[in-house]
Amino acid sequence: MIAYDTISPGDELPELVTDEISRTTLALYAGASGDHNPIHIDIDFAKSAGMDDVFAHGMLSMAYLGRLLTGWVPQSAIKDFEVKFTSITQVNSKIICSGKVEEKFERDGKKILKLSVDAKDENGNIKIIGCAEIEFD
Amino acid sequence: MLNEADIGKKFPQVVADVEKGRLRFFAKAIGETDPIYTDEEAAKAAGYTSLPIPPTFIFCLKMDVPRPFENYENVGAPLEKILHGKQKFQYYKSVVAGDTLTFDSYIADIYHKKAGAMGFLVEQTKVTNQHSEHVADMISTLVVRQ
Repeated sequence: MIAYDTISPGDELPELVTDEISRTTLALYAGASGDHNPIHIDIDFAKSAGMDDVFAHGMLSMAYLGRLLTGWVPQSAIKDFEVKFTSITQVNSKIICSGKVEEKFERDGKKILKLSVDAKDENGNIKIIGCAEIEFD
Repeated sequence: MLNEADIGKKFPQVVADVEKGRLRFFAKAIGETDPIYTDEEAAKAAGYTSLPIPPTFIFCLKMDVPRPFENYENVGAPLEKILHGKQKFQYYKSVVAGDTLTFDSYIADIYHKKAGAMGFLVEQTKVTNQHSEHVADMISTLVVRQ
């Protein structure tokens, strides 16, 4: 467990770099998540919807950001986790997840950290931006 | 085409069990290697009564129905037109394997941008467990190309 007292605004979380998102990754995520939207796994459907190819589930990248958080604090400390999906993630991308402590304060006797998080591909294109609130007893 | 008259509309309730096998499959799919998500002994040593669910997995169980996208189709947001715009979770209590979750969702807002070319549907979901404890809230914003 990270010690609250040693954390300062501006501190960065250890970066998380994923494996390449292959078509197999998308098939496994579709099955495991229950999100069977064919736009992510069926190229024929994707083309009929005007896309060149299937693309990754936004929630897969949000799950990677979840790993970034739970790799840093116990999951039970995460109280709020919010993201905006800013662009589509292509097949064969790697996702790089980053986070930074933006604020540190106390509220109702609880010690709170506010984090900013984002997920980029290996070319630096932002896929997701968001924030999270962590609470220590 | 989304219609503002659907604001407030409730979607059918979903009830889903949290299963260990499914959690292990999800951990594999997202590359999660922390043993607390796959090994019950490790989870117990970390203070959980069984495998905890990863932060975003709670979103997945709501789709455990035969036609999960039907609700959106019924309000003018067909599958081939929708993109996930935003997602928010607020967590109040831990959820572990063996729990049964109930999802109550409604349309919190509908609005348009770009002279009506883009529609936005905001769905709010309250999640409760088998003890009627409020464990989480989820807010999803879908973007609909119209």
